[in-house]
Amino acid sequence: MAATAETKGPSTLRNAFGGVLGVFILLLIGVLAFSIRLFSVIKYESVIHEFDPYFNYRVTQYLTKNGIYDFWNWFDDRTWYPLGRVIGGTVYPGLTLTAGSMWWLLNSLNIPLSVETVCVFTAPIFSANAAWATFLLTKEVKGTGAGLTAAVLLAMVPSYISRSVAGSYDNEAVAIFALVFTFYLYIKTLNTGSLFYATLNALSYFYMVCSWGGYTFIINLIPMHVLLCILTGRYSSRLYIAYAPLVVLGTLLASLVPVVGFNAVMTSEHFASFLVFIIIHVVAFIYYIKGILSPKMFKVAMTLVVTIGLAVSCAVIAIFIALVASSPTKGWSGRSLSLLDPTYASKYIPIIASVSEHQPPTWPSYFMDINVLAFLVPAGIIACFLPLSDASSFVVLYLVTSVYFSGVMVRLMLVLAPAACIMSGIALSEAFDVFTRSIKLQLPNILDNPPDAGDMNSVSSIAQNDASKIDSHATTKSETVSKERPSRKNRKKEKEKEKENVEKVPSHSENKKRLLVLPLEASAVAILLLIVLGGFYVVHCVWAAAEAYSAPSIVLTSYAHDGLHVFDDFREAYAWLRHNTDVDDKVASWWDYGYQTTAMANRTVIVDNNTWNNTHIATVGTAMSSPEKAAWEIFNSLDVKYVLVVFGGLVGYPSDDINKFLWMVRIGGGVFPHIREPDYLRDGQYRIDAQATPTMLNCLMYKLSYYRFVETDGKAFDRVRRTEIGKKYFKLTHFEEVFTTHHWMVRIYKLKPPKNRIRGKLKKPKSSSKSSSSNHKRAGNTQKNPWQ
Amino acid sequence: MIPVHLHFEEIEKKLRMAKSTSSDAQMLIRSLRTAYAATPTNLKIIDLYVVYAIVTAVIQVVYMGVVGSFPFNSFLSGVLSCVGTAVLAVCLRIQVNKENKEFKDLPPERAYADFILCNLVLHLVIMNFLG
Repeated sequence: MAATAETKGPSTLRNAFGGVLGVFILLLIGVLAFSIRLFSVIKYESVIHEFDPYFNYRVTQYLTKNGIYDFWNWFDDRTWYPLGRVIGGTVYPGLTLTAGSMWWLLNSLNIPLSVETVCVFTAPIFSANAAWATFLLTKEVKGTGAGLTAAVLLAMVPSYISRSVAGSYDNEAVAIFALVFTFYLYIKTLNTGSLFYATLNALSYFYMVCSWGGYTFIINLIPMHVLLCILTGRYSSRLYIAYAPLVVLGTLLASLVPVVGFNAVMTSEHFASFLVFIIIHVVAFIYYIKGILSPKMFKVAMTLVVTIGLAVSCAVIAIFIALVASSPTKGWSGRSLSLLDPTYASKYIPIIASVSEHQPPTWPSYFMDINVLAFLVPAGIIACFLPLSDASSFVVLYLVTSVYFSGVMVRLMLVLAPAACIMSGIALSEAFDVFTRSIKLQLPNILDNPPDAGDMNSVSSIAQNDASKIDSHATTKSETVSKERPSRKNRKKEKEKEKENVEKVPSHSENKKRLLVLPLEASAVAILLLIVLGGFYVVHCVWAAAEAYSAPSIVLTSYAHDGLHVFDDFREAYAWLRHNTDVDDKVASWWDYGYQTTAMANRTVIVDNNTWNNTHIATVGTAMSSPEKAAWEIFNSLDVKYVLVVFGGLVGYPSDDINKFLWMVRIGGGVFPHIREPDYLRDGQYRIDAQATPTMLNCLMYKLSYYRFVETDGKAFDRVRRTEIGKKYFKLTHFEEVFTTHHWMVRIYKLKPPKNRIRGKLKKPKSSSKSSSSNHKRAGNTQKNPWQ
Repeated sequence: MIPVHLHFEEIEKKLRMAKSTSSDAQMLIRSLRTAYAATPTNLKIIDLYVVYAIVTAVIQVVYMGVVGSFPFNSFLSGVLSCVGTAVLAVCLRIQVNKENKEFKDLPPERAYADFILCNLVLHLVIMNFLG
């Protein structure tokens, strides 16, 4: 007993030291995740990036100013004029509620941070939380070492950094943490069979539903995994406890969120969970009957039940399929359909196809976004199969489905990132296990007695004996980790029992599999190479975070021969709008800039990034593609006072409105057939030089972009399209220019009021001919052109 | 003569099979009843509670079929509360069942505490959603 107590002493001390070291490492991982995302704040300033975050920021401002009841009931009349938008019912409230409550908590502690600061730093804080959640999830699958590796990989993976940089105040910042945490709680419930964790799982799923539309991934992945477990014969009562309460509570909680509402029971995205709910009840009932009957009676029961049950279920399924198939989209929403069938969006919904995040990724983007993990993942998949447990089969399924979806849309590489980190963490941890074990077993022999021919056998035999001893220890450890999960006290008791057994019968009984022991030099070199690989990964991640993903895209910089140029034109234009127009003036622009205009310029816009009304966007697109008078009519009917266009031709900014013009034509032409795309194409291309079509040279977008452009350099050379423009000298008849920013990037025009009277005899014939021609046009085009 | 005789034998065989299946069904029901009678009383009480919850859910669905589904949130919360308590009671039964080897060292007090907590959360959500 004294001997065992002595051997227990240093091992408990080592365990305690390991535990403290683990906590310290986790703290450092959190700090790393937070600080690698601060490049944008250091290089530019603490500002909200891009487009969508501005909407979230505006909503958070409203929440902090007016309280939660006004927030739930908020009808926003400063966007989508004249339709307005029901904010309470169409926004995912998780992010804004999280940031709002953090701001409220800090302010009640008398730490007066502004709402903007809290919004900017929400994403880095939650990325640290996501790294810790990944640690917990991987610890449930494989153990603490794999957990720590996966956490440090997730803290730095560029794909996640790109959507959670300081200032990128978007849904994914919080949603990825919720996703990984929900998966962790599901696996924990699966491993322990505790109803407490099932409740926590449902609550975490509720948080995920609040945060992001991607929650449908969870509610389809978990039923898929349950089905997989049932079909591979791994059904257990823990599976029932993990799944059934989640479905009921999860559906209820999902219906609580106003955005989802009754969609939680009526759309096809949720039907998989109900189907598997029924299946798991059938399977549970079968297992119960099998438990209480004798085998012969059970066979009788099966034959009786199978015949009746098959008939009934076929009838029910036939009715159900008929119901679902009667709706044209089979009950799926447009976004889900475009995920399942990648060609769907380009055929039917051009708006979804036009968003750049919804394009399929290129091969290099995989290497850019997950770097080294791309080839560690297959090794992780193999490591998950030895041995296969419920948890590791779940992680494999998660990885495979997320790889498919990431191939459909670039934006969903973000969902692949945690799966890739988990797999790579498992692979790296297993590899380190093998190499360090090889070194540890062979090092004392090398140090004590130098190897010569005679000793080689004994050395190898000792190594194998030790290997099998550690093998038995490892198998007991893996047994207690993977198979059953009794309470902690019992597990310790079992481990002690096994250890005693091992000491009695050294390498004989427990030797299940021969463990891999590699030669010493090979494993040392391999460890060195793995560390170098990790070094490459870290260098790439830091470079990607600093150079590629930290741009706020509202402020642009470029390095010219005379130093750093800063292009702050967007904020200049919004500030001008804010200070020089009336509060109730309406501003029309392409939908990209809607959120920024309402947030920074505080003016009502016609369309914005929510893109929920295709016809309204098509109206604006038609106006931009029509000649001046027609466009003026359209804008006047919408009470628009100012029109805003983005023009990059002077400085070479490629994402300007002329480059987006093809989408205006396509979306407009999809609703108003008098806009025909071939009218704007010359040889299948959109051109703005001398070879452009007359329709193109007369349309509003061309005129508003290139008005007085020739005055800049005399030749009107467009730096983005790299040609001189076609029509250089022209006047605007229905619009007047009111503001152009410093680098000509944003141009604001005002609608001229209609003339009071037509003066003089000379005007009369022209006006009569104009009215007669317009009459003629009206007679001819009553069917096609509703705007004249 | 011979075909009629064979035909008669076939009919007899079919009758015997039918009788055997019905007698099999009776044997099955009898064995189920005896096996179920052997379960301890606390599990039988939980089973009764499950049956009560499901019957309530069926009554609610029938009522919706008669009266119409407005307001839908009340219907959903009513039905899902019945189904939810049934599911949670089944989970409790799994954890409390002494024959279940996986949960042999889970103290039943812990199982009941988890059951109560989960029911609390469920009914909080139901109250919120009931309208």
